[in-house]
Amino acid sequence: MSTIDQADLATGATGAGEPAAYVRGNLRFIRNEMRLVFFRRRNLLLLAVVVLFPLLIGIGLKLAAPQSHGGEGGGGGPASGGAAFFNQLAGNGVFLTFIALSLLLILVLPVVIAVVSGDSVAGEAGYGTLRYLLAVPAGRTRLLAVKYLTILTWGVVATFIVSAVALLAGVILFPIGPVTLLSGTTVSLAAGLVRVLFVTLYVCAAMAALGAIGLAISTFTEHAIGAIAAIMILVVASEVVDQIPQFATVAPYLPTHWWNSFDSLLRTPLDTTALWHGLLSFVVYAVVFCAIAWARFTSSDVTS
Amino acid sequence: MTATTGAAELAISSDGLTKRFRGQLAVDHADLAVPQGSVYGFLGPNGSGKTTTIRMLLGLAYPSSGSARLLGVPVPDGAVAVLSRVGSLVEGPAFYPYLSGWDNLARYDAADRSAPPGPAARIGAALDRVGLTAAARKKYRNYSLGMKQRLAIAAGLLRPRELIILDEPTNGLDPQGTREVRALVRQIAADGITVFVSSHLLAEVEQVCSHVGVMRAGKLVFQGSLPELRRTGSPRIVVRTADVAVAGKVFAKLGLADPAPGEDVITAELGAAEPELICAELVHAGVGVRGLSVESPSLEDLFVGLTGEGFDVDH
Repeated sequence: MSTIDQADLATGATGAGEPAAYVRGNLRFIRNEMRLVFFRRRNLLLLAVVVLFPLLIGIGLKLAAPQSHGGEGGGGGPASGGAAFFNQLAGNGVFLTFIALSLLLILVLPVVIAVVSGDSVAGEAGYGTLRYLLAVPAGRTRLLAVKYLTILTWGVVATFIVSAVALLAGVILFPIGPVTLLSGTTVSLAAGLVRVLFVTLYVCAAMAALGAIGLAISTFTEHAIGAIAAIMILVVASEVVDQIPQFATVAPYLPTHWWNSFDSLLRTPLDTTALWHGLLSFVVYAVVFCAIAWARFTSSDVTS
Repeated sequence: MTATTGAAELAISSDGLTKRFRGQLAVDHADLAVPQGSVYGFLGPNGSGKTTTIRMLLGLAYPSSGSARLLGVPVPDGAVAVLSRVGSLVEGPAFYPYLSGWDNLARYDAADRSAPPGPAARIGAALDRVGLTAAARKKYRNYSLGMKQRLAIAAGLLRPRELIILDEPTNGLDPQGTREVRALVRQIAADGITVFVSSHLLAEVEQVCSHVGVMRAGKLVFQGSLPELRRTGSPRIVVRTADVAVAGKVFAKLGLADPAPGEDVITAELGAAEPELICAELVHAGVGVRGLSVESPSLEDLFVGLTGEGFDVDH
């Protein structure tokens, strides 16, 4: 398993004599991989569908709450859970971002990440292009690193698209102004937008962890569709188990358990305990599954 | 000892290269020696371990035991360092169907860390070399079989190479495509590049190869130049006569090996015997000789003799 990696590092060392060429060579590969993923018609279609969701949610909520012009009446008490956002929305369009993210985190965003991460290695194996990439030689560790970097970028782009479209729809459909948080305190619009940014970054971290799981699963098969299905089954299974009280002891260790914990970012004083637990969980999942992907990918024969 | 001295002149060398899949030997102690500048035909029936050997040479599969060197560099440990000097076509072409021929080559070119600047010129030249310039912007999924094969060879020629490994390059091609590939192989070899080409058909490589290696059930059963392969075949004496039985007795008296009597004809291995002497002895024994000749086996016969034939009618 370590033999190929040593070779990778060895060429890296010789390339270090010409650091500019080394960096340029890697950037070229990364750019090509990104173009392949972001301009693939299937993936563009997926992003288009993702754009539709915040719009539909916004329009739906607007129609359901015709009294929204009442202004700042929705202050309410410190409610908890996703439902709390809905009450706030009538008062401020910024809340559409939180609503859209927490709704799309259930299924739509995981699908978007699963499609690209599940396809990453398995898709290449399925087309047979994997053997040619390795014969080029792309280097196994290097190829995996480029794949994960692209998955990360994809996750960030998809999450920010949800946030941006939701924010835009919120601004158009609902009143906008100082943001009344779930804890009842009101902060300026600018401070509210900073919180939107942090929530979006938190969701990006959650998707980064899911991307690592997807990458690892992808190294075990040459059927992209199988890998994508496996990732989605894992996500749904985790969400279901998370809802069953009898499994409460294992719940904090589930990959999806902390995904929605960003609502503490919408309260003052800020209670960051859940946030740090969530981020720790994401980091552990990302590191463990990247390690699994690496161990598998650098030690197994490419037979496709 | 031979590994260190021979490594310099050998484009490919292996020492006891073995691959075991779940206890079954796919490649069994293959000792390859491919001289630089040669066109080496790697022959054997389907499933004899050719592709597995090639996968090990390219660092795609890890040997169970033994070692191999490409251009003197050990693989798979040094695969990343040496493979940019090696072009390859393994088990048919593989590209992204939704990309054009040009974008497909750009993909493989971008993966090559050691490639110098100027990919466009490289890709254009490679496409030109295989005659695909006109189809460069066409989607790969709309390519014909022959075009796909040529694009794969173009990918192998993106960088200046010292060794080209082609695994069944004419598989599934029509006679026209086969001829095109053969012409390309000749062209590549004329540039001084070592070509290692595998095939299950002797006829396909016979015209272009200087050396051959023959695989059978995972073992390398012959390796050497074409003349050397010819020399392994023993010529046979063929006697046409009505007195097959008597002629057989004469053959036995002369100690000719492997007599094969037929209807009005009898053959045997010539060995060290003189054809003139055999003729004289036959006449002396009263055999009415209608014809007598010495026949050397064709390369095809030698190949089949080495690899065996599933439904061999003679045995």
